[in-house]
Amino acid sequence: MTDTIQNFSDTFMQQPVGALQPFRSAALENLKQYGIPGNKHEEWKYTRINALFQQPLALGTTSALTKADLQSYRLPDAENAIELFFINGIFQIGLSYVGDEITVMPLETAHTSSFAHIVETHLGHSSKYHPDGINALNGAFVHNGVFMHVAAGKQVEQPVYIYYINDSRTEATLALPRTLLFVGANASIQVAEQHITIGNETSFSNQVTEVIVERDALVNFYIIQHDGSNANQVCTTHFRQIGKAVTNATTISLSGGLIRNNLNMVMEAEHGEAHMFGLYLLDGKTQVDNHTIVDNAMPHCFSNELYKGIMDGESTGVFNGKIFVRKDAQKTNAYQSNKNILLSDNASANTKPQLEILADDVKCSHGCTIGKLDEEAMFYLRARGIGEKTAQALLLHAFAIDILDNIKIPALRAYVDQLISKRLDFNF
Amino acid sequence: MLKIEHLKAAIEDKQILKGINLEIKPGEVHAIMGPNGSGKSTLASVLAGRDYYEVTGGSVSFEGKNLLEMSPEERAREGVFLAFQYPVEIPGVSTTNFIKTAVNEIRKHRGIEPLDAVGFLKMMKEKMKVVNIDQSLLSRSMNEGFSGGEKKRNEIFQMAMLEPKLAILDETDSGLDIDALRIVANGVNTYRNAGNAFLIVTHYQRLLDYIVPDFVHVLYNGRIVKSGTKELAKELEEKGYDFIRNEFAETEEA
Repeated sequence: MTDTIQNFSDTFMQQPVGALQPFRSAALENLKQYGIPGNKHEEWKYTRINALFQQPLALGTTSALTKADLQSYRLPDAENAIELFFINGIFQIGLSYVGDEITVMPLETAHTSSFAHIVETHLGHSSKYHPDGINALNGAFVHNGVFMHVAAGKQVEQPVYIYYINDSRTEATLALPRTLLFVGANASIQVAEQHITIGNETSFSNQVTEVIVERDALVNFYIIQHDGSNANQVCTTHFRQIGKAVTNATTISLSGGLIRNNLNMVMEAEHGEAHMFGLYLLDGKTQVDNHTIVDNAMPHCFSNELYKGIMDGESTGVFNGKIFVRKDAQKTNAYQSNKNILLSDNASANTKPQLEILADDVKCSHGCTIGKLDEEAMFYLRARGIGEKTAQALLLHAFAIDILDNIKIPALRAYVDQLISKRLDFNF
Repeated sequence: MLKIEHLKAAIEDKQILKGINLEIKPGEVHAIMGPNGSGKSTLASVLAGRDYYEVTGGSVSFEGKNLLEMSPEERAREGVFLAFQYPVEIPGVSTTNFIKTAVNEIRKHRGIEPLDAVGFLKMMKEKMKVVNIDQSLLSRSMNEGFSGGEKKRNEIFQMAMLEPKLAILDETDSGLDIDALRIVANGVNTYRNAGNAFLIVTHYQRLLDYIVPDFVHVLYNGRIVKSGTKELAKELEEKGYDFIRNEFAETEEA
């Protein structure tokens, strides 16, 4: 283990975290056992995460950022949203607006509340899918995470906006935000998270979000990543359907340093449905690595994944999609598609579908493409008087649009479209 | 308006156009006919600026300017329009937005104010009638899922919207039923005037029953081997292309 982590261990294990202590200790043991993965680790081949630990990182330090400082980072129509702020991985109840539609409390508190059994049962479920030091690192030092509970039957009208802010103005920071969301039977909720780094020092956010979904519930989840080149993150979002439910996740990655997204859909009940959409629109030296897992344990589940990448400059896009169909999961329908466009000779795309199918009556398909812009389409546009740059922007925007269409919060969709259009220099 | 002199073009060392000479004046309709592989579509593509072909000799001037030096978009802005033989499907780009963007790029080049939404819709409604194209088609993605006939009508609709000086129709008649053929021809005839010109590339004479050309040229083996009036098209239809092949076989290896 590196010195950095040893230092965390010395200081942070002293924190009073009450009932979470056994969970932390177990994770710390895992961290010691696995270590931080190097690039020989198959799952981390393209993402050299260990390089980030070669420098001193300050973990979970307090920040002087005020509500006024954060005003400009709020998502559109935030006045009509539930807003949760994390700074350097620490949930800030004082900056947040919780409202009365859902229950929100620090994880430590939840563990001794009437929700204790939920925390006990589900916290850390993602570690089964990520037996590595990165997931363990988050668990080992979990502190001031957040627990959210949506009561059975509740249709949450306001979207939940979660802001993960790193204050890297004075020192290199490490944040370990932890979120556990429980969505009760027949409830529905929309969640959007945005990652923001303030300051120019190195920022590394290693975040774990676990979402537990009961029968007949619906969750729409959006992850928006457009941060500075000093902002690195591992974003693990783990859905566990414990009843027949619908979970949709859309990940939009527009900028940043090194970004690794782990998105899991664990389907433990019959007739579950999951949709996973991703758009990565990269330039500079940004690297985005999308790892997805769909685990079909029961029959009659449906999952669909569509990830699209546009890489310019020296950027790299990685897609690794795993689909497990377990022995009992007959009649599974699982589809996966990854499409990439390379705009420069120095950009690269790596794509790898991995299907492990143990049932014999299933429909699974996967496909991937890596190419350039369609020359026929380019010529067609130009032959109508549309300049090369505009034609390219039009085609790239068209390529991205079907991912964007999955954002069901109109103000958020417009906001993301605006970000994309600005990047593409697209204005129609 | 258009002056082609000794134009030669090749694709990967294979010479396709071997010296084309053709002059088109405002108000004229020229038809280029010829058997498959004679170079008809190559000529249309070279004029529109497709870089798939390499121009290996000769010159093309359009209203006194060197056309071959222009990018495809510059040619379009100057007033050259190509109706594609195989119009491209572009998912995610609405037909209306596409055409509006094109119209305004061309207006900008001509120093005219861009059309606002209202002005554009008004213009669109007028031109839609001419080619009998439905509003629902235009709100869909460009050519996506259009039938062959709908794609060709969309080409003529774009032509009407962009108001080119020279329109090149590359086998616009191929694969059309008689009703669609009439609609396409009607679009061209409505738009035809003393100030613009047409170059109609076709394999068959039947389109020329509806769009009567002033001149007919036979392209064979990369050269224009015969020129005449609309009677020439009738002769070709009756005799077939074999008589051209027999008459000009000796030039093939030259």
